[in-house]
Amino acid sequence: MARLTLDELRRKRAEAQKSIYLREGEFRGKIIVHMGTCGIAAGARAIVSAFLEELEKSGVKDIMITTSGCAGLCSKEPMATVEMLNSPPVRYVELTPEKAREIFQAHIIGGTAVAEYALGIGSERGG
Amino acid sequence: MAARRLELMLCTGTGCVAGGSYRIKRALEEEIARHGLQEEISLVPTGCNGFCGQGPLLVVMPERIFYGWLKTEDIPFLVEEHFLKGRPVKKLMFTPPERREPIPLLSDIPFFKKQMLIVLRNKGIIDPEKIDDYIARDGYTALEKVLTSMTPEEVIEEIIRSGLRGRGGAGFPTGIKWKVCRNEPKTPKYVICNCDEGDPGAYMDRSVFESDPHSVIEGQTIAAYAIGASHGYIYVRTEYPLAIKRMQKAIEQAREYGLLGENILGTGFSFDLEIREGSGAFVCGEETSLIHSIEGKSPEPRQRPPFPAQVGIWGCPTVINNVETLATVPVIINRGAEWFSKIGTETSKGTKIFSLVGKINNTGLIEVPMGITLREIIYEIGGGIPGNRKFKAVQTGGPSGGCIPASLIDLPIDYESLTQAGSMMGSGGMIVMDEDTCMVDVAKFFIQFTNDESCGKCTVCRDGSAALLEVLTRITDGEGREGDIEFLEELAWAIKDASMCGLGTTLPNPVLTTIRYFRDEYEAHIRERRCPAKVCKNLIAYWIDPQLCQACLICKRECPAEAIYGEKHTVHVIDQSRCTKCGTCLDVCPPRFGAVKKLSGEPIPPVERGMRVERKKKTATPTQEQLSA
Repeated sequence: MARLTLDELRRKRAEAQKSIYLREGEFRGKIIVHMGTCGIAAGARAIVSAFLEELEKSGVKDIMITTSGCAGLCSKEPMATVEMLNSPPVRYVELTPEKAREIFQAHIIGGTAVAEYALGIGSERGG
Repeated sequence: MAARRLELMLCTGTGCVAGGSYRIKRALEEEIARHGLQEEISLVPTGCNGFCGQGPLLVVMPERIFYGWLKTEDIPFLVEEHFLKGRPVKKLMFTPPERREPIPLLSDIPFFKKQMLIVLRNKGIIDPEKIDDYIARDGYTALEKVLTSMTPEEVIEEIIRSGLRGRGGAGFPTGIKWKVCRNEPKTPKYVICNCDEGDPGAYMDRSVFESDPHSVIEGQTIAAYAIGASHGYIYVRTEYPLAIKRMQKAIEQAREYGLLGENILGTGFSFDLEIREGSGAFVCGEETSLIHSIEGKSPEPRQRPPFPAQVGIWGCPTVINNVETLATVPVIINRGAEWFSKIGTETSKGTKIFSLVGKINNTGLIEVPMGITLREIIYEIGGGIPGNRKFKAVQTGGPSGGCIPASLIDLPIDYESLTQAGSMMGSGGMIVMDEDTCMVDVAKFFIQFTNDESCGKCTVCRDGSAALLEVLTRITDGEGREGDIEFLEELAWAIKDASMCGLGTTLPNPVLTTIRYFRDEYEAHIRERRCPAKVCKNLIAYWIDPQLCQACLICKRECPAEAIYGEKHTVHVIDQSRCTKCGTCLDVCPPRFGAVKKLSGEPIPPVERGMRVERKKKTATPTQEQLSA
């Protein structure tokens, strides 16, 4: 590695910031992939990968991709819930990697939920 | 690097490493690979997280879920449950003693809530061995700013206006020190980072080196630019191997990137650094001794003035700054003197790191704004005293600081109020003591330390500390005399007045403050031959209460001195002439009996040998109401 000039240091900083954004803490929304045994068996791992690839391609930095346990509707797995700040969560069912990519583009980038794949809007009430 | 969904910030500070965090790291790597998660999850070894009492510990980003006290056998479950299936594992989370439910998020844990991070801004967020991580967190932007848009005078002016004072203990204004050095006509000039941290129980500087070494390098390079130095030293004690290793690596990376060396960032400014290891003499933390040590001479202090900023290493003007001071500098440059000077009190600006140790629930390293009260530190951040014991005092400023009593718990922590209370900021050690601590014994402990560490140059320090120790030993041995307290006070002031360096002028502080705040304890030792905290062996006795003894034979079996007589159904009796006062009987007596007592200053009630035990009646099974009450 050659010694850096000012410009090179700044470019390096911009590049390095991409790799630590998960630690910075400000998120506009999150995608939760349900990874109970049922979800994993139905292919949830491929859904996570699809979302991660889309995330990387898009360069979006304020979306968290996370996992959670079984959502209770095992026959509709793989499922994912998209929670954007200040709007009700949307639960998508019977996903495939292709559907996941479509949802990412339409819902995360475009801001419109894909009604066709959604089970419903809102979440169950806690008791 | 491809997008990840989780980052596991594993603490690899010295404390957690000692607790096995490298073993945890290997286990995590194995399990993550076993589940094929290595593309989705990254594992980042970080420096000290600060909550050392919970180590080895792990923080899961982006949610910031905190796991503590990890063991390798927990890892397979943790990886499968949380990292694969997304179900955070409650049993590995932090649960404060007074609560039943754990607190999942780091940001909700009281230990972290009241802290304000300036020096430790990157702790637990970056990998200290990766310069890119530091750069990503705006690292070296302050250096850029200084080299491209500020004159050295402007930098000095900014630091003066910020109100930053030396964090090594004495609290001298940093900007003024730089200015004095800059104005010296002689060249070359030097800048030294003082990481000779010798206080028992203190590890702030080590932790900064281990968690964020580049913040120190950046600060030191800015200092060099301000005073006009082209060479610097980092003085660190050799018993900090991990800190040295990480600093060495950081220096090499900075050189590779052109952030150290000739023509930094193409701006024409040149500066380089080298590490010098000290062998751990406490006096080397004193500026002039430190200089002598680097020069290869015996580490004895010399008379000041001239100050090192005028005549320092190799006879040249030298700025010596503490680790924390230097790590604060880049933030002041970036955010401005005005922002910094709004934090803290009138005379003490910014934040200070303390190592919170001793009789406290949450042991660890904390960074708090100046002016915070002891109460907030001990009860809110520290979580109070374990085992419902009463808070008695806190020793601040290391072995040459003083003991601040519980009555001053609302004291705001700044340079002046600590000095007024008879203690000092020192480097930031904070040793919490509960009611079971004997203050005379504490004073003796610290004088023992400073007596060992006195370099011997000044008679008052060398022989004076030995005389203090002799009298304190006599008092704790139960042979104190009338007039001892007055003698201690007089000698203490003489040592303060006549010693040359900071070690001598401060070493009497533990004696003076304990006499000032706990004179009654000294008097009890001397006049009543009584140790109120029941610590001093010559003044206490162990005694078995015949009304409570259930003749279970445990203490008799465990007593290493075979000093306990007794048999089944017969009350046990301690033979005082054989008892070595090790306390084993008290430790092993079942709490439901609580028959062993410590006595001090009162006659030992005679117990007849061969007394039959009085059996406690078995209590009836508690009713439902009692259980739910």
